[in-house]
Amino acid sequence: MGANPKISIRELTKVFYKKQNSVTALENISLDIEEGEFVCLVGPSGCGKTTLLRILAGLENQSSGDFKIERSTIERPNQSMVFQERGILPWLTVEENVAFGLKMRHLPKSYVKERTTYFLNKVGLAKFANMYPKELSGGMKQRVSIARAFANDPEILLMDEPFGALDEQNRYILQEELLSIWSETKKTVLFITHSIDEALYLSDRVLLMSAQPGKIMEEIKVDLPRPRKLEDIRSNPEMASKFIDIWGHLQVEVQGSRL
Amino acid sequence: MKDIKKSIETEKQEWRKQQTQQRLKTSLTIVSPICLLLIWQCLSQSGLIDARFFPPPTAIITTFIEMLKSGELYYHITISLSRIIGGFLLGVIPGIILGLCMGLYAPIRHFISPIIMALMPIPTLALLPIILIIFGIGEGSKVVTIAGSVFFPVVINTVAGVISIDSIYLDVAKNYGASRKEFFLKIALPGSLPVMLEGIQMGQAIALLTIVAAEMMGARSGIGYLIWTSYSAFLLKEMFVGLILISFFGYIFSLFLRWMQRKLIPWR
Repeated sequence: MGANPKISIRELTKVFYKKQNSVTALENISLDIEEGEFVCLVGPSGCGKTTLLRILAGLENQSSGDFKIERSTIERPNQSMVFQERGILPWLTVEENVAFGLKMRHLPKSYVKERTTYFLNKVGLAKFANMYPKELSGGMKQRVSIARAFANDPEILLMDEPFGALDEQNRYILQEELLSIWSETKKTVLFITHSIDEALYLSDRVLLMSAQPGKIMEEIKVDLPRPRKLEDIRSNPEMASKFIDIWGHLQVEVQGSRL
Repeated sequence: MKDIKKSIETEKQEWRKQQTQQRLKTSLTIVSPICLLLIWQCLSQSGLIDARFFPPPTAIITTFIEMLKSGELYYHITISLSRIIGGFLLGVIPGIILGLCMGLYAPIRHFISPIIMALMPIPTLALLPIILIIFGIGEGSKVVTIAGSVFFPVVINTVAGVISIDSIYLDVAKNYGASRKEFFLKIALPGSLPVMLEGIQMGQAIALLTIVAAEMMGARSGIGYLIWTSYSAFLLKEMFVGLILISFFGYIFSLFLRWMQRKLIPWR
């Protein structure tokens, strides 16, 4: 572990204010994420996990507190986000979507082409390069989204429930593909999910969030060796007990937020 | 095995039935205008309707061919078309630019939309006297009249188109570092295009209405002028030729715009 964490968040607070009514979405979040770490953020709906991600993505401003993303070079963008479904632009072809970030940075054409082709091949969409998103399935669209983020080569990757809208089988396949691309690039990832299985399978560390105010209440290390197989999560008794542990925490939160 | 064959046979017949029904529907759309013309022809020739007011279609076609040969029609058509196209472009292009600006920047939208809302209900034709005073009786006034009537539906639809862009696309553009210009060209323009094109289609219909009326009131050439002078001189066959031309061009324009729509938004 280096002296400087890749992402450091200090006492980050976000309050939404509307007509004399304020909701604390995030309260005093402090968090360090190491270079190359894959961290999953799990919590009930409305616990502010998306808000936290959007602040890191520069799409929203915090009310107070600070965060820092450690930069390695100036050329690299700070972060790239993989959005929930509908995150790819319908008027651009698959190839143009993957190249989007690179084009916005005005990189040389040949470089853009080379990188785009590389990642299109990685996610198995080379044949679909000239198609429009309307012709793709939900899983293929998310592959485009992932390829776009990796092609952009950011310091860190932010993922906002990228597989939430997919059916279970597609989700397993995409999780596996994501791990395979990630293991090659060793990017630092902050990944939001509802699924405990997904969190255990993908991450080095799972952070549990509580709702209103959004706080990080528990941290669970997942030290299963990589490369992992999905079956390992299901068959490993230690993982099973972690699953129960996480569910125990979340259950209270989910039921609490229903009231 | 036998059962499967039987099922296929049943489905085959079902499919054939659907095919004939489809053909019937297509033929109905072709038959209906022909029917109308036939009835018109019969009524007019039998004297059930006054042939002076409703000359039979065959007579109109003969007149049409004569006018075509004399070059008279060609003259009126080219003048009207150049006015329509000029006015159309003069209305559509500023309409798109202003619409995009209003859609993207809320202060501009709030500042300009009351003016648009106040001016929109006034028919441009009612402003024709003022337009004639300002731009004279030359080509300028006709082009401006058309531009004025095309402008409003295009602006309003472009604004609506930009506003209807899903906010997630704005987030994507921001997250991947799109500059202001790229945001304009890569997000706002393509994103608003479907709704914008509907506005342009509306504008096209209004442009045709306007040109005829404008040429009736203040012109010495064009299809509208042809209709009006023919009517004044009681040359009703010539008048009908003018009316049919308008209907024909309306049809051609909407076909063209629909083709454009397919070309410009292949991702829909």
